[in-house]
Amino acid sequence: MSVADRSTFKRRLDSLGVTVSEGGESECAELIDEAAGDPAVGVALGGTASDATSLPDRVETDPTTADLRAAHTGVTDAELGVAEYGSVAIEADSAGTEPVSLFVDRHVVVLREADLVPDMPDAFEWLGPKARDESSDVVFATGPSATADMGGLVHGAHGPKEVHVVLLREEERADEGTADE
Amino acid sequence: MRGPPMSSDASKADRIRELMATEGDAVAANTRGFNEGRVESTGRLDDYEGLKDEARAIKEDAIARLPDLIDQVRASVEANGGTVYVADDAADANRYITELTAEERDADRLVKSKSMTSEEIEVNEALEAEGVEVVETDLGEWVLQLADEAPSHIVAPAIHKSREGISELFAERFDLDDPPETAEDLTMFARDRLGKLVEGADVGMTGANFIAADSGTMLLVTSEGNARKTVTATDTHVAVAGVEKLIPTVEDFSPFVELIGRSGTGQDVTSYISTLTPPVDSPVPDFQDDREPLAGDEGDASADPDRDFHLVLIDNGRLAMRDDEELKETLYCIRCSACSNACGNFQSVGGHAFGGETYSGGIATGWEAGIEGLDVAAEFNDLCTGCSRCVPACPVGIDIPWINTVVRDRVNRGEVDSRQTDWLFEELVPDEEPAGLDLGTRAVGNYETVAKLGSLTAPVANRLADAGPLRALAERVTGIDRRRDLPEFASEPLVDWFERRGGAAVPEDEAAREAVLYPDTATNYVDVDRGKAAVRALEALGVHVRVPDLPGSGRPPLSQGMISTATSAAEDAYAGLVTHVDAGRDVVVIEPSDLAMFRSEYEKLLPESSFERLADASYDVMEYCFGLLKNGADPATLRAPAEGTGPVASGKRVAYHPHCQARTIGVGEHATAVMERLGYDVRVSETECCGMAGSFGYKTDYYELSMDVGEPLQEQFGDTDRTVVASGTSCGEQLDALLGSPPMHPVELIAPRE
Repeated sequence: MSVADRSTFKRRLDSLGVTVSEGGESECAELIDEAAGDPAVGVALGGTASDATSLPDRVETDPTTADLRAAHTGVTDAELGVAEYGSVAIEADSAGTEPVSLFVDRHVVVLREADLVPDMPDAFEWLGPKARDESSDVVFATGPSATADMGGLVHGAHGPKEVHVVLLREEERADEGTADE
Repeated sequence: MRGPPMSSDASKADRIRELMATEGDAVAANTRGFNEGRVESTGRLDDYEGLKDEARAIKEDAIARLPDLIDQVRASVEANGGTVYVADDAADANRYITELTAEERDADRLVKSKSMTSEEIEVNEALEAEGVEVVETDLGEWVLQLADEAPSHIVAPAIHKSREGISELFAERFDLDDPPETAEDLTMFARDRLGKLVEGADVGMTGANFIAADSGTMLLVTSEGNARKTVTATDTHVAVAGVEKLIPTVEDFSPFVELIGRSGTGQDVTSYISTLTPPVDSPVPDFQDDREPLAGDEGDASADPDRDFHLVLIDNGRLAMRDDEELKETLYCIRCSACSNACGNFQSVGGHAFGGETYSGGIATGWEAGIEGLDVAAEFNDLCTGCSRCVPACPVGIDIPWINTVVRDRVNRGEVDSRQTDWLFEELVPDEEPAGLDLGTRAVGNYETVAKLGSLTAPVANRLADAGPLRALAERVTGIDRRRDLPEFASEPLVDWFERRGGAAVPEDEAAREAVLYPDTATNYVDVDRGKAAVRALEALGVHVRVPDLPGSGRPPLSQGMISTATSAAEDAYAGLVTHVDAGRDVVVIEPSDLAMFRSEYEKLLPESSFERLADASYDVMEYCFGLLKNGADPATLRAPAEGTGPVASGKRVAYHPHCQARTIGVGEHATAVMERLGYDVRVSETECCGMAGSFGYKTDYYELSMDVGEPLQEQFGDTDRTVVASGTSCGEQLDALLGSPPMHPVELIAPRE
C-alpha cells in the first residue's frame, strides 16, 4: 500500500458515494459504532494484524436469520481493497460475511490499509491461488447496490443502500498521524 | 420468438415504424447514454488498447483449446464438490435442469439472476411446464416477466419501458390503487416483493460471465445484488453458461473485469463482481425457522454441507461455430452490449427489431446464425449497415460487420431456390452471384455498372430517374424509396475531365511526391467536383497527380453480402493499382468507404501481402494533405477562410460530420486538423453514423429508420450558420435530406479556386 493508493482509494469511494472513516486499529470499535445504524449484526473481525480490532458490543456477532432480517446494518471485514476502483473484496465464508453484508440496508466494511492493492490485476493475482487452493468465494463490491431498471438510478436494489468503509491504519502509523488530527 | 417476426417486407417497414413510435425514444436515450459513458469510461484507462488486446488474446487461446478447458473445468468443479453437465442443446439442458429441480429437489420455486443463455434455452418455460415457479430477480427481467415481453437489450433488458409504464404494470399485476411512481418507490416495491420470493425459494439459478477452468471459479457481473442473494439464499445453485464462457485461469478474469462494465453501460466496474468457486462457503440462512444461528459450527471453513452446485455448460451449436472459420469470432463475444449501443440503427429501434430469438445488436447475427440458424439471422441482418462503429467499441475486437456480411452472403445464397424472375439482371449485371438473388440487393451491389450507364446517358437517365411513375416502379422492383433523391450522374466523368485538361499540372520532375487519385465510383460519375477539388489541392501542395481509369473497389457488392463479386472487384482494383504502388506512387482516396476497403476489408478479400501493400500505400485525401503540410508543404497554397467573400458564406465557421468508416480506420480527425491549421473554426459531430450508410437509407423498408438515425445530426447541425462539410457521398445525401442543402467535401473547402 502506498500513500498514492490510499488517496486514490478514498477519491474513488467518494465518487461512489461511499463514506469513509479512518483511524488506528485500536479505534476500530469506536469508528464502527459511529458508522453503524440500529439494529446491527456483524461477523467477528478476523485478520492477522492485531487482536485490538473489535466490534462494539451492540453489534450482534452470532445473529440468527431473524436478527439478520431485522438488521439495519451489517458489519464485516474486507479481505482486500482495490485502490483504482474503490472496490472491497468480501469473502463469502462460513461465518456468514456474505449474507451479513448483503441482506441489510447499510454495510459497514472494515479494511486494513495494508490490504489495499493498486489495481485489478493485483486483485486477481491475489485471488488466483485462493480460488485454486482454498476454493474461496469472493465478491468485489464497489459502492452500494444499484439499478437503473426503474427509470432512474436508485441505490439499494437488492443489496445495501449505503456503504461505509472503516479504513484502519497500522498502529504505528496511527501514532504518527495523531499529531495532525 | 416472443416478438412478432419480421417476415414480409411490408410488415418489416410497419414493424420498424411502430417500434420507433412506441419504444424508440426510451431506447435511444438509454443507448446513447451508455455509448457516451463507454467513451468516457474507456478514456480513463491508461492503456485501453492494450487491455483489449489482452482480452482478445485470452479469448482466442480459450476457444482454440476449448475441449481441453471443458475437461479441465469438469475436474476442477468435481474436486470442489460440484457437478458439471455438458448439454448438447437446449432440450438436453432443460431435461437435466428440470429433473434436478422438479424431481430430485422437488422444488416449488426457482429464483434466477439475469442470464441470456438461460433465455436462449427457454428454461423458464421448461421448468414451469414441470410445475416449478420461476422468478426473475433482476429488476428489469422481473418487469419483463410480469409484462410477458422480451428483452430489448442484452444488458439492460427493459430499457424500452418507461417509468410510467412500469408503474401501470405494477398497478395492474398487483391490483394496486396507489401504485409506486418514482424510480425510488418502484425499486423499493420490487425489492420487497422479490426479497420475499427469494426467501422462499428452493433453487437458485445464475448465468456466468466467465468461468476459470483452473479452479472452477465463475465470475458474475451484476449491480443489484440479486445474483448474490440468489446464490446465498438457496442451497442448490444451478449455473447455466455457454461453453464459450470458459477461460484458462482466474488471473485471466482481470482484463475482462476492467472492460466489461466500461464497454457496456459506461461504468468503470459494476457494483458487484462475484467470483464464486461453488458450492459456496456461506451458510444457508433458514428463513422458515429463523431463530437458528445463521452461521454453523465455528471453525467450519468448508462449504455448507447442504449446498449443492451444478454447472450446466451449453453447446447448442457453439462447438460447430468453433469449426466455422467465419462465425468462430462470435464466440469471443463477452455480451457487453457495446455493439448495440454504438449502433445508429439499434439506437433507433432497439433489440425488438434488431435481434433474433434471444440476442440483439450487431453481434446477434453471429449468435443467432450459429445457434438458431440462418433464417433467424436473416430476419434482422439487414439492419447492420456495415458502418463499422461497433468495431472500435468491441472489447475483444470482433469484426462484427464482417460477420454480418458473411451471414448476408450465406442468406443470399440460401435464397437461390426461392426467388426467381431476375432474367433481366442476369443479362445486365456482371456479378458473380447466384441467379435468384434479390433485385434490390443486386441493383445496389452493381452500383458501379449502374453509375457507368447513368453517366453515359446522363441527361436522359437523370430525367428518367426523377419521373414519378418510374420511381414508383423502381421502388417496387428494387426497393429504392421514392422519397430519396437519386444521385445525379455527371456527363463527364472525372477521369475524362482529367485527360481533357491535359493530365497533371505539376510535372513529375518538379513534384514532391507522386500520387494516384483513385476515381471512386461516386466521385468519378456523380460528384466530380470534389474530385476536381482534390486534384487542385494536391497539385497546390506540389504533388504530381494521376487519375487513371480504375475499377471500383467492390464496396457496393460487399455491403449487400455479395462476397464473390466484391472479391473479384478487389482483385481487379488491386491489379489496377499495384503497378502504381510499385512505381512509388501514393494512392489517395476521396470516398472513405472505398479507403476502408483498401485499409480494412481487403484483408478478408485479398492475399495478406497484397492487402498490406495496398493498405500501406493508401491515404484519405485529407489525411494525405495533413501529412504533406506536416512535412513542410505550404498551407498558404490552400484556401484559408475569408469572411464573406469565399463560397463559404459564414466565413471560417465549419460543421464537420466525419464518415463512420473513416473514424473506425482512424482518418476522421485529419480533416479537422487540416481545416484548423488553415484557420477554420470546426465543430465536429458526435453522431456515430448519419444513418444513410451507403445504400441502406435508400431502401424503402428502411427510409424512415434511416431518417430517424440522422435525427441527432439534424439537432446538432440543423440550425447552424456554419458551413457543413462531410466526406462520405452517402453522408452528403443524408445531410442534404436532413438539412435541406448538400454539404461539401472538406477538400472542396480547402482547395484553391479553379
